[in-house]
Amino acid sequence: MMSSIKTAWTWIDDRTGIMQMLGPPLKHHVPRNAKWWYVFGSCTLLFFTIQVVTGICLALVYAPSGDSAYDSLLYLDYVVPGGWMLRAIHAWSSNAMVFMMLVHMTQVFLHGAFKFPREMTWIFGVALMLTTLALAFTGQVMRWDSDAYWGVGIGASMMGRIPFIGGWLTHLILGGPIIGGDTLSRFFSLHVFILPGAMIGLIGGHLMLVLRHGISEEPKKGGPGEFVDKATYRAAYKERMKKHGVPFFPDAAQRDMVFCGIMLIVLVVVAAWYGPIGPSPRPDPANILVNPRPDFPFLWIFAILALLTPTIEDYLIIVAAPVVLMVLFLVPFLAGTGSRLASSRPIASLSVVLLITGLLVLSWLGVTSPWSPHMSAWTSDAVPPVFVKGRTPLQLQGALVLQHSQCRNCHSLDGLGGKRGPELGDVASRLSRDQIIRQVQQGDGNMPAFGKNLTAAETDALAAFLYSCHPPGVQPATRPGAQIKQLIELDKARANN
Amino acid sequence: MSDQHDPASESATATPAKGNRRNFMFKIGAGLVGIGGLLVAAPILGYVFAPAFSNWEKRRSWIDLGGVKQFPVGETVLAIYKNPIFGPTAGEANEIPCWVRRKSETEFQIFYINCAHLGCPVHWFEESKLFMCPCHGGVYYEDGSRASGPPPRGLFEYDWQVVRDKLYVYGGELPNLQIPGKTPKDDITPLTIDGVGYLGGKEVKTS
Ligand code: FES
Repeated sequence: MMSSIKTAWTWIDDRTGIMQMLGPPLKHHVPRNAKWWYVFGSCTLLFFTIQVVTGICLALVYAPSGDSAYDSLLYLDYVVPGGWMLRAIHAWSSNAMVFMMLVHMTQVFLHGAFKFPREMTWIFGVALMLTTLALAFTGQVMRWDSDAYWGVGIGASMMGRIPFIGGWLTHLILGGPIIGGDTLSRFFSLHVFILPGAMIGLIGGHLMLVLRHGISEEPKKGGPGEFVDKATYRAAYKERMKKHGVPFFPDAAQRDMVFCGIMLIVLVVVAAWYGPIGPSPRPDPANILVNPRPDFPFLWIFAILALLTPTIEDYLIIVAAPVVLMVLFLVPFLAGTGSRLASSRPIASLSVVLLITGLLVLSWLGVTSPWSPHMSAWTSDAVPPVFVKGRTPLQLQGALVLQHSQCRNCHSLDGLGGKRGPELGDVASRLSRDQIIRQVQQGDGNMPAFGKNLTAAETDALAAFLYSCHPPGVQPATRPGAQIKQLIELDKARANN
Repeated sequence: MSDQHDPASESATATPAKGNRRNFMFKIGAGLVGIGGLLVAAPILGYVFAPAFSNWEKRRSWIDLGGVKQFPVGETVLAIYKNPIFGPTAGEANEIPCWVRRKSETEFQIFYINCAHLGCPVHWFEESKLFMCPCHGGVYYEDGSRASGPPPRGLFEYDWQVVRDKLYVYGGELPNLQIPGKTPKDDITPLTIDGVGYLGGKEVKTS
């Protein structure tokens, strides 16, 4: 039996030349110290492969048509056997792919692996990153639910900020003047044909370049490859690989396999546990009781857009975004030689720390979105009893005005309510009564003016109520900041308890 | 010069005459492929980029929002209309909501649902007389002007007119900062009922 398989294989190999083709890439020498840091790239590729396979499977049922896409998702989730699991794997593997790609990129950056002669490998990598993000965005649109509908709207509105060609671009992307069936079809073509095609081409190029220049060594102080000098690096690297290198297969590949295997198991467990992502409510714009949120790779952008002032926002979208992209592409030319050791590259290391912290914080803010009004806080959260106990009739009337004017969509009382504006439970210790009235009537950049909407009597009652809101033991403010000292002491006392 | 890279001319056996002929043939071939390629590319590019260059203004139209009685004076209510420009597969994405504010007996304001910041659907709050946006917290006053938050301007407004006691809205566009909703006067097509054209609630000549 074994021997006949062997004969068959020898015949196939002889007639196809398959080992002649695959042998050199598999056996090419890689640095002996390329260990666990080097598994993330292969893992990203693995997740992409899963996306291709599950994507093709989903396309067996999914209907890329504005009037039936949503129903085909429900059909996949609830009727087609195993449909929900495939949707879950596709969604979580997409998240995992974005995540792994970022880890891989960080590793390459920190190890200075983008330096001479691997500049093009990095450039292909950045292009791959953009394509991956584009796939993630268009994939979110495939769900064709309310998040997708309004997400496309946000994308179109961002395009609309670009001078001169904004309107033109919007129509091109939407396939018309408004979001409709043609919009979904356009995104479908992108998600299923154009972007994966580009992806496969870019991956091919990326891998070809990896083979051409070899895998860079993990930089060690005083170790080989710590410094990159254009004149000597190539020959020295070749020499070292010849002497100390190990064949990629199986020496390095075995670690890839272990890591990828673990990640596959994690993926299936997560997919089975959490299930598919979405769909959110139907893509019916007439249902306006929605809370559009992007998928995780874009939460940080969502947060930035909420936190910027209107004046600099345009510059960020039109100028800063392309500049950042340019810088990413140019990284290997800005620092193409020199030490590859992260500890000798303070600016590089610091930028990584700052970028990761920034992305994490912004994404977290995107999840909690404290700037968004709680659209139903005024109807769902009652005024906590401590705020009505012992109040005068005028103050109680003010509490009603507060509830009725939906102040709590943006302000909280004792933590209950919106977070856009400051907490009102202790407002009297910060603002004098006159200041409260001014703020209510005139607002400021971040608060609407209620002058027109409240009668004098209502404003009076509201101010009376708010002026009664101060922590026990803290006197209400008579002039701005008068109570700061007391507040600080109160905080100290709280901390001591 | 150009035949330096022609493999034919490098071949030792090729006579100069043969080389020239091949060279000539190559040029013809390149020319033909170029022309043919352009001929094929033109319809493809035209097809893909058509939405960007089409005159969508021409396809917008007046849509009946119903009798004016439905809109009490001094109130702002949600109205839904069917988008006039759509393909066969738009489905429910075609049901476009808008906020109709009746300022007085004769005056209306119709706001796009889309926040002027980045297009999320704004909600009207009757009690506080504010529009609020669920995405980044943009707020607008009753008349659509910007109250607070990230929006750079007030809500986008539709063109409207009242004809024979019915409210009509000029729909069919997703507004953004470059396409701010209202249509330039010359581009707007009159509403025709029984062969009579109307603009701004008044009869106009139709061509
Ligand atoms: S979309 Fe409304 S505030 Fe951003």
